[in-house]
Amino acid sequence: MSTLVLVEHDNQTLHPSTRNVLAAALELGGEPTLLVIGHQCKAVAEQAATLAGAHAVWCIDKPCYEHPLAEQISDLVLSFAHSFKAILVPASTFGKNIAPRVAAQLDVSQVSDVSKIIDKDTFEHPIYAGNAIETVRVLDPIKVLTIRVTAFNPVTTNQASCCIEQIDKEIIAKNSQFVKHELSKSERPDLGSAKIVVSGGRGLQSAEKFKLIEELADVLGAAVGASRAAVDAGFVPNDYQVGQTGRIVAPMLYIAVGISGAVQHLAGMKDSKIIVAINKDEDAPIFQIADYGLVGDLFELVPQLIAQLKNR
Amino acid sequence: MKVLVAVKRVIDPYVKIRVKSDHSGVETQNIKMAMNPFDEIAVEEALRLREKNWATEVVVVSIGGENSQETLRHALALGADRAILIRTQDSLESLNIAKILKKIIDDEKPDLVLMGKQAIDGDNNQTPQMLASLLNWPQAMYASKIEASGDHLQVTREIDGGLETISVHLPAVVSTDLRLNEPRYASLPNIMKAKKKPLENLELDSLGLSLKKHVEVLKVTEPDARSAGVKVESVAELLNKLQHEAKVL
Repeated sequence: MSTLVLVEHDNQTLHPSTRNVLAAALELGGEPTLLVIGHQCKAVAEQAATLAGAHAVWCIDKPCYEHPLAEQISDLVLSFAHSFKAILVPASTFGKNIAPRVAAQLDVSQVSDVSKIIDKDTFEHPIYAGNAIETVRVLDPIKVLTIRVTAFNPVTTNQASCCIEQIDKEIIAKNSQFVKHELSKSERPDLGSAKIVVSGGRGLQSAEKFKLIEELADVLGAAVGASRAAVDAGFVPNDYQVGQTGRIVAPMLYIAVGISGAVQHLAGMKDSKIIVAINKDEDAPIFQIADYGLVGDLFELVPQLIAQLKNR
Repeated sequence: MKVLVAVKRVIDPYVKIRVKSDHSGVETQNIKMAMNPFDEIAVEEALRLREKNWATEVVVVSIGGENSQETLRHALALGADRAILIRTQDSLESLNIAKILKKIIDDEKPDLVLMGKQAIDGDNNQTPQMLASLLNWPQAMYASKIEASGDHLQVTREIDGGLETISVHLPAVVSTDLRLNEPRYASLPNIMKAKKKPLENLELDSLGLSLKKHVEVLKVTEPDARSAGVKVESVAELLNKLQHEAKVL
């Protein structure tokens, strides 16, 4: 069975999610082809070729793909799609933007956020903010899947580079155009793949006080997350949001500070290995799923935590 | 400019759902229903575009049973001009919903289609992209800001690393993210007025579409339960547990 994996990247580095999507492709069986679309993205193709299990890398490197649009990527994928039994993309904003467009062009269904592969036609995925798991059988000949990255262990081993094939194909989007990016700059690990995540909620009270969360994260080498309440209140940018409508994370350790634990938020973090909650309300729903709960004023407890971590 | 907004009736986001004991789905009998929150944002945005005199007509469309009329009446009470219900008892997959919407759009010829980025029941995040694909229109998904000028929209999109701005030529499909706007409430006079606004009922079968089944739902189960752990008394105890018991530090 041949599988196409669409590689997410920034023209310089492979996004870590590629390792998880490749793992899912290998579970499906067969020989995955990794597709890299970009501009001056040679390094990405080379990294992709060394991931253990990669069968081939197809690289489409053209100036018009410096900031590729959904229309361009889906047309490119479509031009190869019939050679494959499955097309896999990460369930990130990148992948989710493209996969349904490809599926509709192929007149096939698309399964979102696949969390388990049962066999080549049967998949599990969460619905209702993760409060139910649906098992579906796809009846179409080509499966288009977005992969819940945190549900598959990444491929961490390397191989001798497989063949990299350059493909010369130019597609210009007629009716849409890239204008600009405003990316959040951060030295911290990426939220989606960090081993430790420290998240703050409404309890932080202000953007100024939210810095306490960042300080704790830095002591732990953790990524910073936030609840929707903290984002809506303007404490942090929206791409910090963890939840049904934000990022889905499943780190080794998730520390929720001043977060009550609304269903919407839990959808994004309840598969974390260990959950710690720090909240002054001992009845907050977050304590129902926390492995370790600490009841008290976060403005006293977090500085203590930072001080004790520094003294370790 | 004519704006078409697709809305869906879903279980109210604050309801704790229950999986049916026969694993055929989720309990929906006697459960509070509401308009999908992302769709409320789409309706609000369409109304704001009309208030800016860019949009001239706002048409809302829903696909579902008899009681989806309530969802459409709610959109009319918020300010939409007229509504279309495509009646069906079946629960449809995204691709078929996109095909039905395409049929309506072929007839209505809107300049812009606004939709929520995902419905909070299926969490699929597919229909707007599929619709754009079937129409061969440009798409701008996860919008947090829309600036309309003439036959172009400049859309700021929420992406994982921050924001991206793209420009799309109309007609286009745009899906809304949470931060696009704060939906208004329907006032009592507007709720009364909405009862007189046109609501057209179409039977799905009358549209002459041949929809085939692409996905079979085998079962719906509850996720593995995660139970409450322990409360610790102090920061020192917490750190000790994380180091020696959970071994995550």
